[in-house]
Amino acid sequence: MDKEFEIAGKKLKSRFFIGTGKLPTYKLIPDIIKKTGIEVLTVAVRRINPASKVENIMDYIPKNIIIMVNTSGARNADEAVKIAKIGSEISGSKWIKIEIEADTKYLAPDNEETIKATKKLVQEGFSVFPYITPDLITAKKLEKAGAAAIMPLGSFIGTNKGITCETLIKPIIQEIKIPVIIDAGIGRPSHAAKAMEMGASAILVNTAIAIAKDPVKMAVAIDMAVKAGRIAYEIGILAEREFAEASSPLTGFLKDKKNDKRNNKK
Amino acid sequence: MIKEIIKNEIKFFNNWQSNRENDIYSIIKKEEISKYDFLNLLFNSDRNILELIAKKAKLLTDNYFGKMILLYAPLYISNFCINKCVYCGFSSLNKNIVRKKMEIKEIEKEMIALKQNGFDTILILTGDDRKNSPVEYIGEAVNIAKKYFSEILIEVYALTYDEYKYLVSKGLTGVTIYQETYDEKLYKRLHLTGPKKDFDFRLQAPERAIKAGVKEINIGCLLGLNKNFLLDVYLTSIHADYLQRNYTDVEISISYPRIQPAESAIKIKTQVNDIDFTRIITATRIFLPRIGLNLSTREKSYMRDNLIGLGITKMSAGSKTTVGGYASLTEDTGQFEINDRRKVDEIIKIIISMGYRPEFTNWVRI
Repeated sequence: MDKEFEIAGKKLKSRFFIGTGKLPTYKLIPDIIKKTGIEVLTVAVRRINPASKVENIMDYIPKNIIIMVNTSGARNADEAVKIAKIGSEISGSKWIKIEIEADTKYLAPDNEETIKATKKLVQEGFSVFPYITPDLITAKKLEKAGAAAIMPLGSFIGTNKGITCETLIKPIIQEIKIPVIIDAGIGRPSHAAKAMEMGASAILVNTAIAIAKDPVKMAVAIDMAVKAGRIAYEIGILAEREFAEASSPLTGFLKDKKNDKRNNKK
Repeated sequence: MIKEIIKNEIKFFNNWQSNRENDIYSIIKKEEISKYDFLNLLFNSDRNILELIAKKAKLLTDNYFGKMILLYAPLYISNFCINKCVYCGFSSLNKNIVRKKMEIKEIEKEMIALKQNGFDTILILTGDDRKNSPVEYIGEAVNIAKKYFSEILIEVYALTYDEYKYLVSKGLTGVTIYQETYDEKLYKRLHLTGPKKDFDFRLQAPERAIKAGVKEINIGCLLGLNKNFLLDVYLTSIHADYLQRNYTDVEISISYPRIQPAESAIKIKTQVNDIDFTRIITATRIFLPRIGLNLSTREKSYMRDNLIGLGITKMSAGSKTTVGGYASLTEDTGQFEINDRRKVDEIIKIIISMGYRPEFTNWVRI
């Protein structure tokens, strides 16, 4: 099923993106990449520390991996734009995930500031991936502003609750033409499968992998779920039914289509 | 406003004690706990329950902060102090210590030594003495620190809004200021004379700093000053909760330093033992899942090692509480006794062995 899809002008095979900030050690990264085939990693600019005496994340990311620079820590559009530029310079990547959290209690993204930052960074030639609280109007504004994709949260960061914002994400997937990447809240493989079944173009997971007893195995499990969910979405998922289907249909008496003139559409 | 809240919460705390509930299991299962629940956790002395509290605290800490511990270093630049705080090693009551103030050149040397040790977050400390360590002097230190560190916090006397604003313009990113105790009567008894005696001015300092533009606030109480130490724990948490709700874009942290009897001019009767201390850390984590929790080198190494992952998010390491001492050796007396004297590299190894990633950088200087 390794059919390619396109985001920001890049052809990708894996619909599974991984966040790195919470990992117990960056040494896990090469193994995760090897065992899942992921192609995109997010890296928070505030965690890039070339002078680090412990681990510099950049040393563990192979050249062929796309780095999505993340502006976490930014509290408004201005800060996000500045952090994005610093991150782009250090990492050499033009892919920017805008994360503006003006709320430290829920880590709720500030949609308004995110739109401002997106406009600015798109104008300057970056591929912009705004992380938002799922809201259709915000998504439409971001699409118009030239975002590369929309990243609505499934649930708040670190909650592992799954796609609790389903009802708000569905219209975004339905109405927005650019890819939709569900980010945050995915705590287990079944959540990932659910996101893909809903028609998300990709998902991003950090906490569930980072704090698992075996992060590499958890990444593998979620990767399988992403693939399963995507296949199911592509072939079309049967709708859920509340009742068993009667073997003799209630409308079976309407057999005789030929004689029904009202149904005689050519 | 915080003054009013503290007053009401003291009443609430005192009334609550008479009607405790004991359905701890249902509290631990909750996604968010109330202040009633928090008190139930704090006052529960069952060791089996403590185990459950710790498990929940670990899960929350891992989920929200990841497998990571942030390391920072304190740098005392002056120990001149005109306060008479009966519990403090730097108090002007203490005639045995050598008073010292570093020149800017020395400060820079110390900072370079810390930078070479890997630090990217620095906490600059002074005693309370506006003549010997005026705001301009602190500003110069902050300005130098900007060359080397992403995050610069101060732990000095309570400042005015304009003074905080001036320091923010020099590069300040955060403020640490402990109320010590939220019991005003006790506070006035412990602080005999000096500017620190002004309870309200200190209580409102975090908000002045926030309004002046800092992005990080660390508050705390000195455990053991108050015989009723859980009252101080409760009120510190209430204060942190208040700040987090009202200033949503500021990172709020708590420290719970335990007083060491040896450092104090008066006899400290209350000793918060290790079990109580662990309960305080873990219960606070459950009440305030996204609040930073600091642990200094006041704590013994085995407590520090074992509390990694149970709520703690930040630790100092390789600390000196003397004026200077990183670039040059000193035989002076520090503000408090350091119980964990291990070097930074050893702390790094321990954090890794506990399954966590030591991290030095938490902020991009923009």
